[in-house]
Amino acid sequence: METKHAILSAISGASIAAIVALTPTFVTADTLSDVAGRYRIQPSSRVGFTVSQVGGGGITGDFKKFSGVFALNSSDIKRSEIDFTLYPESVSTGEARVESFLKSDAVFDSANFPTITFKSTQITQTSSDTAQISGILTARGKSSPANFQASLADHGKNTITFHVQGKLLRSRYGMDVGTPIYSNVVQFDMTIRGQRS
Amino acid sequence: MLRNSKESFGLISILFHWIIGLIFIGQIALGYLMVRVSDFTLQFNLYQWHKSFGFLVLGLSTLRLLWKSANLRPRDPATLSPLERVAAHGAHVILYLSLFVVPLTGWAIASSSPLRIPTFMFDLVVIPSLPIAISDSAEAFWSASHAWLAYLSAAVAMLHILAALHHHFWKRDTILLRMLAPRAVRNGGRHAT
Repeated sequence: METKHAILSAISGASIAAIVALTPTFVTADTLSDVAGRYRIQPSSRVGFTVSQVGGGGITGDFKKFSGVFALNSSDIKRSEIDFTLYPESVSTGEARVESFLKSDAVFDSANFPTITFKSTQITQTSSDTAQISGILTARGKSSPANFQASLADHGKNTITFHVQGKLLRSRYGMDVGTPIYSNVVQFDMTIRGQRS
Repeated sequence: MLRNSKESFGLISILFHWIIGLIFIGQIALGYLMVRVSDFTLQFNLYQWHKSFGFLVLGLSTLRLLWKSANLRPRDPATLSPLERVAAHGAHVILYLSLFVVPLTGWAIASSSPLRIPTFMFDLVVIPSLPIAISDSAEAFWSASHAWLAYLSAAVAMLHILAALHHHFWKRDTILLRMLAPRAVRNGGRHAT
């Protein structure tokens, strides 16, 4: 009962905001039913990350290979879900020595753990076009809760684009080599493009 | 006791000598090992220790030089031949230079490397980079310079150690002893302060 009430108030509140703004937004009944469905994550997406270092700067890069699907549920956004896999072997930083270090057993150990997976457990709408995605991230054989913030960037008839950000503590996954010179926090900055499947 | 006299080294000079000497030997061993280990995590950590101790050597050597300039230099023992005198002083000059040049070339490696790994001395102080060119070739140049100068200075340090042992065990003079304790053993008496 309580959750139903919360959803109703969230949706109606968002709808009012949308009407006030006079712009079509994610959660208006029309839009939401428009975008509902199952999507496959496109290779044109970008999965970028940054690990800051003492004294400024840091390591910035992205993962070239990943795959995933997500489902947007129009009647109950909480029943939406996402399933994402990325391949650490595809990490790219522009510096070969950094990449081989990251792929080695010092960090990803991609030879023994070729995938990093994320499976959502709860998706909560936080504003008219944003949502918090909670889930379990598994890397190097260790699973730990992780949260991401998604905001709707663009959508068409069969495509949808989200900007997704999140922070992870790499120590949770046995990857805390180099702390405190390099921050324990990995900041993700992703552009996720979905194609209706 | 703390300061040098005409006859003997003071406690401060003696401590500088042994502390810097031990770190220097440790750094040679660490530098040799760290480039040869295959475990990336261990290697990363060994490099950071090597950098931290390198800056410690540089800092201590700067203080040592200041202390040296504000103190008397004990006179050479009469047992030294003119040739030994020249050789000993030559070795000392090279070792003193090494205490600055070797850490500085190490600093240049960290500063020129495209990896741009910060130097966070003992996880306490961020050491800025030297304003020098950053490239793979610059890093390779400074790495080779650092290694050659380090091993060269290690060879001179080895001669310095062998000479001290030679004086102690064969010539049985006080050269080694006066670097072990503040008072010249053979004098026994008090020094004028």
